[in-house]
Amino acid sequence: MSSSSTLTLPFDETRRRGGALSELLSSDMPRSRALSLILLAILVVLAATPFLFPGSQPIGTAAKICVFIVLVASYDLLLGYSGIVSFAHTMFFGIGGYGIAIALERLGPTWSSVAVGLLAALALSAVLAVAIGLLSLRVRAIFFSMITLAVASAAAVLASQLSNITGGEDGLSFQLPPALRPAFRLLSEPLFGTAVNGRLVAYYLVFFVALLVFLMLLRIVNSPFGRVLQAIRENEFRAEALGYRVVAYRTAASVISALAATVAGALMALWLRYNGPDTTLSFSIMIDILLMVVIGGMGTMYGAVIGAALFVLAQSYLQVLMEAGSTALAGVPLLPNLIHPDRWLLWLGALFVISVYAFPGGIVGRLRQARQ
Amino acid sequence: MTEPLLQLSGVHTHIGPYHILHGVDFSVPAGELTMLLGRNGAGKTTTLRTIMGLWQASSGRIRFDGSDITERSTPDIARAGIAYVPESMGIFTDLTVRENIVLAARSGPVDKNRLDWILGLFPALKRFWNLPAGNLSGGQKQMLAIARAIAEPRRLLLIDEPTKGLAPVMVRSMIEAFKSLKAAGETILLVEQNFYAASALGDSVVVMDDGRIVHSGPMSELVADQALQQRLLGLSLDAHQ
Repeated sequence: MSSSSTLTLPFDETRRRGGALSELLSSDMPRSRALSLILLAILVVLAATPFLFPGSQPIGTAAKICVFIVLVASYDLLLGYSGIVSFAHTMFFGIGGYGIAIALERLGPTWSSVAVGLLAALALSAVLAVAIGLLSLRVRAIFFSMITLAVASAAAVLASQLSNITGGEDGLSFQLPPALRPAFRLLSEPLFGTAVNGRLVAYYLVFFVALLVFLMLLRIVNSPFGRVLQAIRENEFRAEALGYRVVAYRTAASVISALAATVAGALMALWLRYNGPDTTLSFSIMIDILLMVVIGGMGTMYGAVIGAALFVLAQSYLQVLMEAGSTALAGVPLLPNLIHPDRWLLWLGALFVISVYAFPGGIVGRLRQARQ
Repeated sequence: MTEPLLQLSGVHTHIGPYHILHGVDFSVPAGELTMLLGRNGAGKTTTLRTIMGLWQASSGRIRFDGSDITERSTPDIARAGIAYVPESMGIFTDLTVRENIVLAARSGPVDKNRLDWILGLFPALKRFWNLPAGNLSGGQKQMLAIARAIAEPRRLLLIDEPTKGLAPVMVRSMIEAFKSLKAAGETILLVEQNFYAASALGDSVVVMDDGRIVHSGPMSELVADQALQQRLLGLSLDAHQ
């Protein structure tokens, strides 16, 4: 009898699991000590970058990581959790960027312009995501992917052609609200040797919004809605036989994912004070997102954090590292040529081929597997 | 006479160029366990899938609880109160046992008393409650599939070969679970190849061959008539005891 009473504990559905951290992470704990440490390190370094690493490149890289965490996590909601292969994700990223850029350029550098631009971009993204979802999610996966590819290409062409609105190939440069400008001083004295200016405010705006959106996405994938998406990904007919309308759920997932990508695009534009086809709409960004999802681990929100951090760091610093290595090995035959900084893209590609081969379930999958 | 809960009238089903069901007629009375028997390829699974809307009937009518469900979508049919446990178990292997059951309770949290009842029927599921369903054995997966089908009260359970490939001890557990479901008043249409299990459970029986109904009546009648068993199914009850 005593064994049966202990057995009843795990399915007491009224019991609260874990504490505040578990609540914050929607009960989706990292489930690996190494993974927890890596995630904590990324969080701490991102939170303290302006104070730890002086100069514009580190803070720029950190801001880009924050933006890409949101972008990759939102794409993972589609690919990893819902099994939807879409190539239109950068279109929503671009809509967010252009929403901010056009509003700030046309309406002036105020917070109300930011709000108008963001809301308009979110509305347009939602409408487009619903339209694409309802019209195309009924067809087979491969056709859906082709449709999204065509829509994304059309959006990129449109952004280039409508140069009087979007700035064409040159994009749009704009002024930020005063509180986000480098000349703005929040504190008269530096804090830990770092000037507390508008640039720092802009960084923490990007950091906290990215953190908030990431936690929201984590909550969504761990909600009953997220479980239905996972069920649909595994077998849509079984999910239908349970009474779930697959197209409605997939469309809802597409809309949520598109909205998060739009926010990421808006953050990117605010950080860069510029938006153009190359920064948000380019197909190469879509490839980068796919790589980040695969490297981090599909179907795990934490994979987005690790994939984005690793990829953006490699993009930003691999060339510098190779240059240092090449200089240090100047006397050795062949090696300096092999790791010449001009070959950084080749090595970046090789690194990713190796990581995908070594970690088929992504880094998160591997770390969790190692724990089991 | 009261209308049966489920009524199939002249149902034909085509899958691609193949004509699988040829005018299937039978009914499932409320509160009874109806066995659907037949050799491999007789059309039993197609019949269940057609009822569930996974394959569309090309002609004929399917009525459930007084409503025509022939042209309804699968989610609508499920929402009308029909639960389906496919032959391939139909569980979600990436989700935990708990998540599989919670997923089936569309109207809200699973009722605590009902959950206790379900886990009383299938105690093995307790041990794996928070583990991925993919880790379960074949018999445990089958238990989970049935547990999921009854996570909320349903009007009708369609269950396809629940004892297929299971060890004898697991088959006996399954028979006991179905007896409990019967006692709880569930209406069940059960496809089964194991005549021993069928005879132990069925109130009535429908036998199919080549996409047609070749016999229907009380189970006791078929159990008592070995010649009829031999003619319809090519086996005898004794051989499978």
